[in-house]
Amino acid sequence: MENNLLLTILLLTPIIGSILVLFLKEEQKNVIRVTGLFISVIALIVSLFILGDFDSSRSDFQFIHKILWVKSLDISYHVGIDGISLLLLLLTTFLTPLTLISTWKSITKNVKLFTFFMLMLEAGMIGVFISLDLFLFYVLWEAMLIPMYFIIGVWGGEQRIYASVKFFIFTMAGSLLMLIAIIWLAMSPPTFTTDLIKLYGVGPFVKGDIQMWMFLAFFISFAIKVPLFPLHTWLPDAHVQAPTAGSVILAGVLLKMGTFGLIRFCLPLFPQSAVIAAPYISVLAVIGIIYGALVAMVQKDVKKLVAYSSVSHLGFVVLGIFAFTQEALQGAIIQMINHGISTGALFLLVGMIYDRTHSREISFYGGIAKTLPVFSTALLLASLSSVGLPGLNGFIGEFLILTGSFKSLVLNNWWYTIFAATGVIFAAVYLLWMYQRVAFGKVTNDKLLAIPDLNSRELFILLPLLVFAVWIGIYPGSFLELTDVNSASILGHVKEFTFNFLQ
Amino acid sequence: MNDPLILYASLITLFLPVAGFALVTFSLGRIKKVFIGEISLMAVSLLSSVYILIDKLFLHPGVTSVFEFSWISFATGTGNQPINVKLGISVDSVTAILMFAVMLISFLVHLFSVEYMHGDKRFNRYFGYLGLFTFSMLGIVLTHNLLMMYIFWELVGLSSYLLIGFWFEKDSAADAAKKAFLVNRIGDIGMFLGILILFITYGTFTFSEIFAGIGSGKLPFDSEGWLTAAGILVFLGAVGKSAQFPLHVWLPDAMEGPTPVSALIHAATMVAAGVYLVIRIFVMLTADAMVFIAVIGALTAFISATIALTQNDIKKVLAYSTISQLGYMVMSLGVGAYAFAFFHLITHAFFKAGLFLGSGSVIHAMHHEQDIRNMGGLRKKMPVTYFSFLAYTLAICGIPLTSGFLSKDGILAGTYSFGLLTGHWLIPILGFSVVLLTAFYMFRLLFKTFHGKPADLHKYEHAHESPFLMAMPLVVLAVLSVFFWYGLNPASPDSAWFVSKWIDVPAKVVPESSNFSFMNTTATGGESLYNAEYTEAQHHAHFPTMIMSLLFDIIAIGLALLFYIYFKLNSRKLAAALPAVYNFSLRKWYFDEFYNGVIVKGTLLFSSVLYAFDKYIIDGIVNFSAYLTKLISRVSSAFDIIFVDGLVNFTAYINGFAGKHLRRIQTGKVQTYLVLVLFALLTLIILFKP
Repeated sequence: MENNLLLTILLLTPIIGSILVLFLKEEQKNVIRVTGLFISVIALIVSLFILGDFDSSRSDFQFIHKILWVKSLDISYHVGIDGISLLLLLLTTFLTPLTLISTWKSITKNVKLFTFFMLMLEAGMIGVFISLDLFLFYVLWEAMLIPMYFIIGVWGGEQRIYASVKFFIFTMAGSLLMLIAIIWLAMSPPTFTTDLIKLYGVGPFVKGDIQMWMFLAFFISFAIKVPLFPLHTWLPDAHVQAPTAGSVILAGVLLKMGTFGLIRFCLPLFPQSAVIAAPYISVLAVIGIIYGALVAMVQKDVKKLVAYSSVSHLGFVVLGIFAFTQEALQGAIIQMINHGISTGALFLLVGMIYDRTHSREISFYGGIAKTLPVFSTALLLASLSSVGLPGLNGFIGEFLILTGSFKSLVLNNWWYTIFAATGVIFAAVYLLWMYQRVAFGKVTNDKLLAIPDLNSRELFILLPLLVFAVWIGIYPGSFLELTDVNSASILGHVKEFTFNFLQ
Repeated sequence: MNDPLILYASLITLFLPVAGFALVTFSLGRIKKVFIGEISLMAVSLLSSVYILIDKLFLHPGVTSVFEFSWISFATGTGNQPINVKLGISVDSVTAILMFAVMLISFLVHLFSVEYMHGDKRFNRYFGYLGLFTFSMLGIVLTHNLLMMYIFWELVGLSSYLLIGFWFEKDSAADAAKKAFLVNRIGDIGMFLGILILFITYGTFTFSEIFAGIGSGKLPFDSEGWLTAAGILVFLGAVGKSAQFPLHVWLPDAMEGPTPVSALIHAATMVAAGVYLVIRIFVMLTADAMVFIAVIGALTAFISATIALTQNDIKKVLAYSTISQLGYMVMSLGVGAYAFAFFHLITHAFFKAGLFLGSGSVIHAMHHEQDIRNMGGLRKKMPVTYFSFLAYTLAICGIPLTSGFLSKDGILAGTYSFGLLTGHWLIPILGFSVVLLTAFYMFRLLFKTFHGKPADLHKYEHAHESPFLMAMPLVVLAVLSVFFWYGLNPASPDSAWFVSKWIDVPAKVVPESSNFSFMNTTATGGESLYNAEYTEAQHHAHFPTMIMSLLFDIIAIGLALLFYIYFKLNSRKLAAALPAVYNFSLRKWYFDEFYNGVIVKGTLLFSSVLYAFDKYIIDGIVNFSAYLTKLISRVSSAFDIIFVDGLVNFTAYINGFAGKHLRRIQTGKVQTYLVLVLFALLTLIILFKP
């Protein structure tokens, strides 16, 4: 097959860029910022080229680039994408420039290093989404932790060390399990290989218990990243302590790696185990939906509230993945994008107001709808998109997931859907209550009177997100069609090996 | 027949209001008089709806125009049924009438608001929100499928949220906005699940396709019980939106919004959306679902009417009255009086919008006084408001010659015959007692506001008749509350055009075994909903109904006269004599106390417990494992230092010790060495002595 260099170019752009940044002088902060932005915009443009060339009617991987790396072990540099990874790739290259702009005023120390890490992080995320070799995937999956570790640990809040170490070790612990499973799987007959496409034909033939252990090892590693209840407690700490840009990338893209991993690896590699485990996992997902929402309700810190809301929203994604219906899987994929957009917007907004007041306490605010009308309108839109108001993006994902889980033959029980649906009510409770306490009422805090409304830079960051929120809400077809064939083929692959379950 | 002109007219009617919203929003406060643009768009939209109305009622009666397009579709690869979600609109006479009513009231409210909201700092934005609301409401009316219904359903919820919370500086307004949204969402989830059941069974959201599916004998999970459940679940959406018991608590609080908003949204249109939903799904309701709906409606009508008796806020009285009337409509659908439910929806929309605008006129004149105890005697100061208010009051009480008489009498006759045929007598009993209550509280309101002596002379002196833009809508709505718009015979509900001409009662599609026998179409050859038995029962019911309701009206109005005009009876003494009853009504049956105390507090408490669990247990485990790891590390470290390194050091020590002491024998003196050699030699000889 003809090698296609586009993905490699996309991967190398931020890497080379980040090294270039190192040659700049720390004093020239604005030069560094503009360079960083420029590089991430190039990555965005490259990814748009990829979108332009993408053929959504193909069920196999596209833009493949393969170079043999370790011949005796059949390890190679092997990259390629399908519609699912394309969407997440676009989300990454789209969010990175926006977050970089958002840091122009808030990050003033070590700008050079910060930009370096952000670009490295982008490269890591791109790499994870395009890897088609388990070894390569694992290396990038781990490598990506490092820039995030530093972003939280250096530019974070007061308890940043605790949070960054917790984040690092928690996720690392999961990854090690995955490493063992990767080696075990690679050693399975016929020959040693880490090539994912070849392994798609190996994993399903690993027998019973062993396959289940491998599945669990992969699953736990991804579940920590998602995070799935009860493996979620690193998330609130990491979010609260991370700088705004870190939170946005963390919520926007990093969490999606967990759910992406479930779709790309857990389902097709271990179809039988995935179907057997689905009801149990779905229970955890539904608990997460309700639990995350309820806990979010009583938070006093806005960032923590949004962090717990992520637990709830990602629960929907996991439920969608393990329902094994096309509606649910498509819904899960679109919900991943939605969460990136709405939660990204919420974190950006929280960051913007934090830059002005240095407080994240809900009780600090009140009445800002009057003093900051533009900010409040944007906050309302972002909240409503997160609430799942029809006409905005969140609704599409929840609607498809609930429909799919309701008719799922694997779950075969409508209580999942009914309980999950109550999460939709609670989402409205915690977000509207937060909005009321922040935006409505009289201004009681004098400090709020003096602060300015959003400036044009901040509006420029938010507008693209809000445009996409409306776009997905009104015409989701343009996004769903990218993943249509691929989601069908993944389910077809699973069904092939689990015929009994999916009659 | 799909007349493209109807499509264009519908789209114009639908989208111009939202264009108005966009106009206001994107002017970003830079254009001072942008509201004029918004109102002009509404006017065009109104004209367009008139065109549709004329077409559907007179030019092409009985024709339904349908337009649809595919919204989401998957090429399915899993062997399941293909997924194709269609959105679209369908326009029939019901749609056309309701669209016109919505547009007309919306337009009148716009005019009224120009004066009422004059000087508000967010004046333009207010009109933008009205445009957004009108758009969302029209979407509900026009849709031909449940999904789009749900989408616009939530959008009216949003516009209602924005308008109730329009004066968000007031905590009460902000609270009310949130409460309205959340309470509605509870109902909406039920509706959503109901929609899912139908979608999964029939693979479509489109009403006509679902009904065709049911008609062909396919049932959700192959069970009639599930069909009942689906109907009730979808109905839950109406329970929220139309403020039915037990989700009615948001509507009285919603009165925190500007009064014209209350007229448009929380009286005439949005709250009627629930009734409209039930109208749309009527043919798929089983007998059990209908009884459920009828009972909910009757209870709602009764409970809220008893609450309205003792309220002192002019808008609160009207709010409870609205709930009560909505209960009537829902009850009416439950007993199968389909056409009368829609008829009452329309007549109520006009007279209740009038009542609210009238109260707005009073509140405006009294400088934002809403307590009727501080009013009185206003009829001399505000004759236009008074006479129109009187007309609406007569209409809501169902006095002959008004529109309300026709529609209400039909509903009561329906409940009566339902009682006759099924033995569910509770429904007519509640229905008729509401007549008594309604007439009493409405005349109490009228008398205390407009008659008697002014209670607050200062405010009375400053009161004045409202300006033209406010008075004109009142007159228009009052004229619409007279009978001749709806039928030529003021004493015969059955010959009202709504019933005899405009509204075709659709045939039920549910299996005969789960339908009321008297509603089975086979009995009449599929011609209409009712068989002879039901028609006859209704026919017999009309006369007693009329007599009874008139009698109740006379008694109630007489009592109101004795209490509030002639003061022969004293309401305070009565209240003092029956404190428990009085407080039960005044405190609204303690619903809010119960919900706040049990559900809200309970949820918050539970959430706090969960958070503590998260913080101390789940995160505790994480931190504990970190602690444990550290502990093991310390122990290992100690072991390392004491034993492993100790062994190393010990070896070194031994060596050192040995070296230190052995080195003493290395003195460098030849004599010592000689002695030692001699000594060693001697030892060897002794040891190895042969």
